[in-house]
Formats: sequence, C-alpha cells, structure tokens
Amino acid sequence: MKFWRRPLDLETIRVPHGIIHVLVERCKGCGWCIEYCPRKVLEASDEINSKGYHPPKTTQSEACVSCGLCELLCPEFAIYVEEVEGEVKFL
Amino acid sequence: MSEAEARGILSGVFFMQGDIACAEGAICAGCRFFAGYPITPATEVAQRMSERLPTVGGIYIQMEDELASMNAVLGASWAGVKAMTATSGPGFSLMMENLGLGVMMETPCVLVNVQRGGPSTGLPTLVGQGDMMQARWGSHGDYSIIALAPSSPQELFDLTIHAFNLSELYRLPVLVMTDAEVGHMTEKVVIPPAEEIEIVERRKPTVPPEEYLPYRPEPGELVPPMAIAGQGYRFHTTGLTHDERGYPSTADDSAQWPLVQRLIDKIEKNRAKIIRVEYDHLDDAEVAVVSYGISARTAVWPIQMAREEGIKVGLLRLVTVWPFPDEQIYELAGHVRGIVVPEINMGQIVREVQRSAAGRVPVFSVPHPGGGIHNPHKVLQAIRQAAGRKLEE
Amino acid sequence: MEQLKMESYRTDKTLEEHGEAEGLIKEIHGVHPMDYLLRTERLPHIWCPGCGLGTAMTCLLNALVKAELDLDKVCVVSGIGCTGRVPGYVRLDSFHTTHGRAIPFATGLKLANPELQVVVISGDGDLVTIGGNHFIHAARRNMDITVICVNNFNYGMTGGQAGATTPIGGYTTTTPYGNYEYPFNVSALAAASGAVYVARWTVLHARRLERSIVEALLKPGFSLVEVISPCPTGFGRRHRQREGIDTLRYYREHGVIRHGTDPRETDIALGGAIIEGKFVDIEKPTFLEQHARMLEHIAGK
Repeated sequence: MKFWRRPLDLETIRVPHGIIHVLVERCKGCGWCIEYCPRKVLEASDEINSKGYHPPKTTQSEACVSCGLCELLCPEFAIYVEEVEGEVKFL
Repeated sequence: MSEAEARGILSGVFFMQGDIACAEGAICAGCRFFAGYPITPATEVAQRMSERLPTVGGIYIQMEDELASMNAVLGASWAGVKAMTATSGPGFSLMMENLGLGVMMETPCVLVNVQRGGPSTGLPTLVGQGDMMQARWGSHGDYSIIALAPSSPQELFDLTIHAFNLSELYRLPVLVMTDAEVGHMTEKVVIPPAEEIEIVERRKPTVPPEEYLPYRPEPGELVPPMAIAGQGYRFHTTGLTHDERGYPSTADDSAQWPLVQRLIDKIEKNRAKIIRVEYDHLDDAEVAVVSYGISARTAVWPIQMAREEGIKVGLLRLVTVWPFPDEQIYELAGHVRGIVVPEINMGQIVREVQRSAAGRVPVFSVPHPGGGIHNPHKVLQAIRQAAGRKLEE
Repeated sequence: MEQLKMESYRTDKTLEEHGEAEGLIKEIHGVHPMDYLLRTERLPHIWCPGCGLGTAMTCLLNALVKAELDLDKVCVVSGIGCTGRVPGYVRLDSFHTTHGRAIPFATGLKLANPELQVVVISGDGDLVTIGGNHFIHAARRNMDITVICVNNFNYGMTGGQAGATTPIGGYTTTTPYGNYEYPFNVSALAAASGAVYVARWTVLHARRLERSIVEALLKPGFSLVEVISPCPTGFGRRHRQREGIDTLRYYREHGVIRHGTDPRETDIALGGAIIEGKFVDIEKPTFLEQHARMLEHIAGK
C-alpha cells in the first residue's frame, strides 16, 4: 500500500489476515461471498458438491484481511474466516 | 361483595353471578393470565378478571380480537402461567384455528364459551346451547377435546377449577361450555378455603435439556412432560405435524400417524378418568331424560310433573359432554324404554345419544332454536311420548 | 464459554479438511462458528439459493450474542411462511405459530414472564397482511417485543402471490397483469401505530442490519426492524432478478441510507429508491410500565 507519507506508528499497525473455511456441502452457489468480498479473494470453483453447486475457492488468499463480510452475508452458514498470523499482500 | 373490595384469593359463601363465579374459580385454580375480548354474555368474566387479577399478581389484557386472545393465552401457557379466555358463539368461531394450534402444540389452557342464540350474531343476550358440536369438531383436522357443561354458578365455579386441572393433566385446551342462563344467574356459591381445593400442575421434564424431547411421553404414558420457555430447554414447537423432537416432519405421513393417534388417544384412552355424569332417580326409571347445562336443570320440573302422573322418569346429567359418555348411554338404553334429550339447539347432542344408544331404544329430541329455556310442558310431552302414554294437549 | 459447546452440536458426519496452498480450508461437512446456536441436524435449510433469510438469520443470531442477552431467556416466535421457518433452525426456545398470529402469541409469552426476551421474526405477508391487526395493536400498546419483518414483497412460501406490500406494477401469481393495489409501507405503519424504534435495512447492508437489531433488542417497547430481502423464486425472477445476487445488485444501486427520514416518505416502488436507515427512535413507557403504574395506583388506595 502506497502511503503519501510514512505514518510514525506504522510498526504498531497490524492488518489482520484470514484463512477462509468453506463448508462445501452447505453451499448453494448463490455467489454473494464472491461478489462482495472487498479484497476479491474468492471465485467460484469448478468442482461441485453433492447437490451440484460450485462452492467458492480462493484466488488471492494473501489479500484476505479477515473482514468477515463473506461470513456475515452467506445465507447458508457455509463460509467463515479464521483470523491467523500472516503478512497481508496488498494487490 | 363489591368488586372493588375483593382482594387476594377469596373464600366463603357468596351470592354470585355465574360469570363472576367462573372468574373466581379460575383464580382459585391458579390462573394468572386472562386475555379476552368483550362479548355478551361473557363480558362479566373479563371484567371480573380485569379487577381481580392485579390483586393476585396476575395480568389481564384485552386483546384486539378473539383470535389474538386465544393466541395470547397459548403464549402465556408456554411461559408457564395458567391462562384462560372467555367468549360466546361468534368469538368461539374466531378462536377455532388457534384452538387447533393449542391442541397440536399440546398447550394447557381453558376456554369458556358462554353460549347464546345463534347462528351468527343471533341473540346476544339470550341463552343458547348451539355450539356443542362445534366444541367437538370446530377446528379442522382430527383431534379429541374435553368439554364440560355446568348447570349452576356453583358448578361453573367448580368445573372451571376442574377444567384447569384436566388441561394441565392432559396438556390441551379444555372447554367450559356454559350458557347465558347459567352465566348470568345469581346464586349461592361456596368458595372453599384454598387448602381444600385440589390443584393439578403440569408435569415438568425430569431430564436435563440435552436429553429432553418435547413430544416424547414417558414410557407407558401418553402425555409428554412440558418444558416452558426461559428455562434453558431450547425446545421448538410448531403447529406443523412434528416428530418427537418438535421439528416439522411434513415430507410424508410417517410422523402424522403416531402424532394424531396420540393426540386422540390421550383423551380417548382416559375416558374413564375424564367422563363425569350424574344419575338422578334412574334406578326404577322407564324413561330417561339426558341433558346438560341449563337444560338439565329446567328438566327437573317436567320430571317431577311426570312422576306425579305416574311415569317413572329420571335424569342423566352430562357433566362432561366431550368425550361423549358412549358407554353410559348404551348401558342406560338397556333398561329404559325411551330417552328424551332436551337441549337449546335444533338437535346436536341428541345425535350422539342416538348413536350411543345403538338402536336399543327410541330417542326423542326436544329442540329449541335459542332465546329462552324450554317450555316445561313441551319436555313433559316428550317424556309422555317416550313412556308410550297418550299425549294430552 | 459458548464456543466450547460447539462440540456437542456437531453433526455425526465426518469432518474432512483439505488444506489448500491458497489459504482455503475446504470442509466437506464442518462446524461453523455459529453452529452452537443452530439446529445443525436440520441444515441445510429449506430456503432457496439466493434467499436473504439465511443472512437475516445470521444477523439476528450475531445480534443476540452481541447484545449480551441471556440466551436461555430468548424466545423466537414466528408465523407461517418462509421467514416463519427461522425458529425451526435456531437453537433457542422457539415457537412456530399460526398465520399472522405470532405477535399475540409473543404478547402472551412476554406478559406471563416479563424476564423473557421475545423476538418475533416473520414475513411481510404474515405480519402486516393477515396479521396487520395484531401488528398495529402491539405497536399501539408499546408491547415490549422486537419484531423483525422480513419483507420480500410477496407470499413466497406458497409460490409468489401478491401481499399487502407488493408494489404497484408487481407481477405475482395472483397479479398476472401487474399489481394495482396500493401497498403498505411497513415502517410507516409501525411508526404510525406507535412503535418506539423503526429501522429498515436490506440484507446487503448486513452490518448495519445487525447493529439495528442489537439496538432494537435492547430498546424497551415495540421495536421494528424491516429487512428487505431477495426472493428470487417468488418475486425476483418475475422482475428481471433471476437470482438473489441480481436483487442484491439492485439494492446496491437503489438503496439510499437516510437516517431520521419521516417514514411516510419511504415508500418503495418498483425501480425507485429504497430508503434505509433508522427512522424512529423515541422514548415511551411500555405496556408493562403502564401496567406497573396502575398497580401502584391501586396499591395506594
């Protein structure tokens, strides 16, 4: 991320990073998590679950900031984010 | 006693109107929630409850209609409080769907119907007994119900308490089918001290929440213990056909069979404990008058007159109208030569009597469309007819 | 801690984890952080792909936890309809009652035990069409319940018929030539009837919806949160929104957040703006407070 000046407390700021968990069998392929992830981390996978839906997969998971919007929006309780240690790449 | 002076639970001897006695009976039984709507001739029950419930730590609410009243009563029962509502014919019709909900969810509560002349708006201030079949079959689908018919303010007091006890024991709404005459007449009512009144409480779950299934009775029983809201049981209950977990099971009839069968069995298999009838002068009788409510009372004078004419006649008074005392009627039909059924409707319970008598004996209906009690001479004529005597003018 | 209870509610299906290099853990059947509040044995739920009810339910459950309520005292009551199925999925004392009559049932629960926190969650058809009378009277009395009205502008469960909130021109199975009846504005109806808290959000604005539900839960008196939700099967697909995502894009485009607007100016028309926000937040004694005042008065006599 390009700052116009370097903040004095940059070392104390930590951008959270997350790992996505997908409960494949619960997904109904609505696509909400994919559409509204602010970091464009998700996209539809080619695999299908037993009901024929395409659950999401990550494309640029280093960009995930564990905001939790996918977890909040998912109507199926099929996706959640687990905050982990890690360097967030700003792409 | 003036309404404003009554505080706390009463006891003693009173000169009391039927509706008021009903309200007092409910309070003695532990009822602490009333949701109702004004309707003649049941308004006095609501009025009395609105005055008395705040003095015994209860709550009264006047709902916007009878549908809301019945549902509020169900909700209060699920929160663990004994609840009641009172209405008449038009309100009774409105309560039907939610009476069915109460039956399906197995909710203890009491519904008092102070019957009046119908159909529709009918005769708001005059007596009727035309809702008796509706009491049994009014809500859609198959179920069994308990309905009691008092004949005096004292009995209205006693049977209201009994209705609460039955509802707690069998987990369903119990109907008190009284009428405008009994509801509005004023008579001596004895309220015993609280220690002498038998109160039954619903059975509580005996297992911890993780093992509790809301609709699984204990082995050998038909009525499941009832958890109430707010105690951590986290149960689910629904009007949809449900399995023992309380979850909807509507994909096929697999849950329907055991559920509906149990809802019916819990009453039908306990008929002996539920049914109450009173026999009066029937030992040597050749004619029996079978009746209930005010009509049983107004049959007393015709029976006396008939006895004076030499006809041996007695009275079988139905205190429980539903479940219908089939066996008692069948047995009675075995040793009389005629049965007379006076009722203030165009012939409702008489059909049950005919069915139960199974052709053993002729059954004579004495109908009345509503609006007044029977002309005693009409009942006497019917008794004479049943006895095979010549009918005089 | 609630998190520890997750174990006891896990389904007996095996948990398979496939770690992927891309930071995704794919669990075939798994345990979601909210599972301890769900009846997981009944998942996946019956709602269509793209239905907003799952999101509304998530917001409700999150709000219940964030409001720090005693979950044993929370009761969820509903009527009939798709939204009416919510109580069947939440692991709380829950009641699925008859059509339109959730509010009087909730009234009975609350008055019989004022310690209960009673939440009514039901659809627009259930609450303001058949249940309209009960809705306005509970608001009038300022009954201390929280009502979440999920508005999808039709009767979804029965296949998409018109209801009292269907906008003019709306196509439903019973308005095949377009609806010509004036609809209700649920928020305006609640405000006019005396509700002390009225807010409206779409399911897209989930964070704000969650926050509003927390406020509504903690506010004494009749609080209404109107949730505008997609119904692709019943309503959306008849209006060029074949999937839930299309409706969410519609909300993104047409949603306007304007707190404090007079609810009477927030009517929803097809193609028009959907005004969202907190419209009413006033103080008024609740039914039970008025009742207590009456008791004090008679005790004093």
